[in-house]
Formats: sequence, structure tokens, C-alpha cells
Amino acid sequence: MLEHVINGLVLGGTYALVAMGLTMQYGIARIMNLSFGDMIIAACFATHVLFTALGISPIAALLIIVPASYAINLGIYQVMMKPLVSRAADEGALEVDSILLTFGVLFVIQGILLIMFGGGYNSYSFLNTPVKMLGTVVAGNRLLALVLSLAIGAVLVFILYRTRWGMILRAVSLSPQSAPLFGIDTDRTARTAFAIGGAMAATGGVVVSMFQTFTATAGVVFTMKALIVVILGGKGSIPGAIAAGLLLGLVETFVAAYVDPGLTLAAVYSVFLLLLLVRPNGLFGKV
Amino acid sequence: MKTSYAFILAGGVLALLATAPVFISDYWTGVLLGMTGYVTLATAWALFSGPTRYVSLATVAFFGVGAYTVAVLNDIMPYPLVLLCAAGIGITMALVVGLSTLRLAGVYFVIFTFGLAELVRQTVSWWEVNVTYTMGRYVFLPFEGRHIYWQLLALAAVTFLISWSIGRSRIGLALKALGDDETVAAHSGVDVTRIKLLLFVISSTIITLVGAIQAPRWTYIEPSIVFNPTVSFMTLIMALLGGAMRLWGPLVGAIPLFLLFEWLSGTFPDHFSIILGLMFILIVFVMPNGVLAKFDSLRKGSKL
Repeated sequence: MLEHVINGLVLGGTYALVAMGLTMQYGIARIMNLSFGDMIIAACFATHVLFTALGISPIAALLIIVPASYAINLGIYQVMMKPLVSRAADEGALEVDSILLTFGVLFVIQGILLIMFGGGYNSYSFLNTPVKMLGTVVAGNRLLALVLSLAIGAVLVFILYRTRWGMILRAVSLSPQSAPLFGIDTDRTARTAFAIGGAMAATGGVVVSMFQTFTATAGVVFTMKALIVVILGGKGSIPGAIAAGLLLGLVETFVAAYVDPGLTLAAVYSVFLLLLLVRPNGLFGKV
Repeated sequence: MKTSYAFILAGGVLALLATAPVFISDYWTGVLLGMTGYVTLATAWALFSGPTRYVSLATVAFFGVGAYTVAVLNDIMPYPLVLLCAAGIGITMALVVGLSTLRLAGVYFVIFTFGLAELVRQTVSWWEVNVTYTMGRYVFLPFEGRHIYWQLLALAAVTFLISWSIGRSRIGLALKALGDDETVAAHSGVDVTRIKLLLFVISSTIITLVGAIQAPRWTYIEPSIVFNPTVSFMTLIMALLGGAMRLWGPLVGAIPLFLLFEWLSGTFPDHFSIILGLMFILIVFVMPNGVLAKFDSLRKGSKL
């Protein structure tokens, strides 16, 4: 029982982490990114390659992959998203355009990963030592994943709520029309938020790859879960994303443990359906 | 007068297409069959997603359910009854998805449909492995390529007829208003949710039937074959290329792209999805309203 709670929190921690990234891209940069999960998977593979081929530990890999992902996403925003943003007549048009565009990006990334690594299951063994904790045994890599997710999540929350820069990000999320009136460069803020979101996806990917197997085609499921967490927590809400991420991780682990591992996605969807019927604005969302 | 000419012309083309399998080889009948399938899929997709701007990413969820229903039921029921069952399941699924998401902002619908195919695929696989203990099923129906082709052609004709008549009806007018501005439409007395739901159910049922009719082509069916996400993607790209807002748009997009994909998947099987993705990105950038709209604006001399 306790073991499932811990595993659920580990999984939920990574969901919270990636959902924070997605909520930054969607809430602040107003880009609905359907290729988000494939960026997570790309980071999984990058970690895998760095670890098995070059012997770089996943922790050190974070220092390479996360800045690289920030730069790549900045580039993606500048080249692909910005023309759409300047062309969009209103928020709805941008939403449709970004959905279509990132749907295309999804297939490109997936295709590249399939060519490079094939369609099979991948994993590597890192820090697979059992750690005794609270009367149960947890794998070291899972514990590390949880600690990493919590630490990185905490840093982001601190930046968003305690620094001037975070206030700017929140201001654009709250009211993109009035932010420029206070001298905020919304374009730059959107660009930064999109890149940070991408960097969070990469972080999530590195963390997930430490304890889970992954395939080149698993991106869709990751995007789906991150999207559900974002909606569950309320669009643009960071505390909501954390709470919803942990909740989803727990639900999934318990369904896998007590019902059937093959039904986890069905369980996730049931949570989503229930949410849409009861609280469409999310747990923490405003009406 | 003009309309009746158009009908005579369309009828003539239809008759010509229907007699085609008598003159051409089986290979080309197969190509024609696949093309008719995608023309129907793209037209049915555009029927709902074009005017409402609700991008449905769940084409293959319905397509696959149709095909799988035939695989499960084909040896215990007569074929027409199987098709009816498939349509019934498609309608039910569309109602569940539509009723839970179409009341809300469009993005919820997109997200729901995004994972729907994967959900259905995993659930069907789970059911087959744990409950019925069968993985993979066989479809033995006495159909040749041309029989399937004729059925698809009939379905395509019905789809065009539905799309055309909706465009001329009160519903079509309401739909145009809805696509332009949902709030204004609602204030003018349009029951927004009901119209969206109706269109989504019609479109999904047609898509389910395309899957059901094409099922005998495979002979052997398992979830990973019929729930292939490329189907959703190809439908979307075809409808967008031609222009999802026009009656003939999806047709104009589907025919060249189907031939191109047929060639690409034979020549570059490994790079297929990358090429597809890049082409799709290009279309979103260059011709967001489709190639027909592009021609119109070029002819009018405007720059867009």
C-alpha cells in the first residue's frame, strides 16, 4: 500500500513537472503544443544515448539537455510559432493554427526518433539500488526522480511568485492585452515562456527515463497526460498543475496495482471525463 | 437550372467511376478504392471540423471502431446488420464524446479527441487479451476489391449529398454563423451545442462506416493495424490542403495527396511520417485556408 503511494508520488511528481512546462507554453505563450510529449521522449532518448554511449550520468545529462532544449525551443518559437502569432486575428485562430502546426511537428519528431532508435522498448539501468524508507523498499532512481521533480518544481514556483521576472510572466498569463500597458514586452515574455516550457519537458524526459521504459511512439500519451493535468489544475495555474499531477500519478499507480496495468489510460480518461462534467474550469481554475 | 446541370454531371461522373473496375486492372481498382475511402473520410471530417473550426484528431478512433466491429461480428451476423451495428457504435461513441466536450471551449474537444484513438486501441487490446483471449481476428467476407469499392463509392456520394444539402439548409446557415462568431450565433437564437453535436455525430458515423466497409480488405485485423494514427493525420492534411470550408475542398486535396502518399509510402517507407509532417507544416504556413481559397485570392489579385 505505502509502496504504491510512493510510486504514485514519484510518477505524479514527473507529471506535475511536465505539466508545469505545458501550462507555461499554453497559459503564457498561448501555444497549444501537441508535440510536447514527443519533446519529452526526445529527451529520454538523449539521456539514454549520453548515459550508455558516453557514460554521462543522467544528473550531469540534465546540465546538457535542459539548456539545449531551451535553445531549441526558443528557435522553434522564433521560426515556427512567431509567424502564426503575428498572423492570428484572435486567440481562437492562434489556438487552431498552433494545434495544427504542432500536430505536424509531432509526426516529424516521432519519425526521426523511429528512424534513429526503432520502435522497441528502451531503458537503461541507473542507480537501481533499493533504498529502505518508511518500512518499504523503493528503487534509488525513483527516489532521486521524486527529489529532482520537487526541487525543480520548487525553483519554478519561487521564480514565478517571488521574483520580478515571474511577476511579468504571470501578468502576461493573466491579461495579455493589458500587460504591454505596463511596459511588458509580451513577445519576449511569450518566447521565454515557450522555451522554459520546452526545457521543463526535457527535464521531465530525463527524470522519467531514469525509472521507466519508453518507446518512440509514447509521446502522444505523455502529451495527453500533461494536457489532462493542465486542465485538471486549471489553465495557467502552477499550484493546480502540481496538485493535479500528483493526483493523476496516484490514480494511475493504484489502478495499475489493484485493477490492471492495461487500464491506466482508461482511468486517466475517466478522470478527465468526470472533470469535464463536474468542473470544466479545473480544480483551481476561475470561472 | 445550374444546380440540375451540376447534378447530371455529378451523376455521370459517378456512373463512370462505378463502371471503372470493369475496364481497369485489380491494382488500379485498389488504388481507386483507397482514394474513394480517403475522399469520404476527408469530406466527412470537413463536414464537422471545417465550419466549426473544432479540429477533430479522432478520425482513426471512429474508423478503427468501424473496422473492428466488422472483425468481431462478421461471422455471427449478416453483413448489413454488421454495418448497422458499426454505425450504432459510432453514433454512441460520438454522442459520449460530443456531449461531454462540445458544451465547452473548443480546446477541450481537441484534447479529448487527441488521445481518443490511443485510448480505444488500448482498451480494445486489453479486452481482447483479458476477456476474450483473442489477439487478432479474421474477416472472411465474400468481397473482392470492386465490391468494396462500389460500397465506398455509394457512401462517398451520400456524404457529398449530405454535405451539399446541409450547406443549403437552415442548419448550414446556423453553422456559418457559428463558425464566424459563436457568441453572436448563440445570441441570435442558434442552439450552438445541438448543431455541433448533430454535425459531429453525422461526420463520425460516416467515418465509422468507411472503416467498416474497408475492413474486409485486411482479412487479418488487430488493434494496432486499424487504429493507426496516420489515418487521422492523412485525413486532416487532405481536408486542409483542399480547404475544409468548401464542399469540393477535401476532394481536391485528397486525390493528389493520396496518389503522392501511395508513391511515398512505397518509395520512402521509413521517412514517410517525417515527409508527411513537414508537408503538413508547410500547408499550415502557406495555405491555411486550402488550395481552392488560394486560387480564388490569386485570381482576385489580392496578396494573401
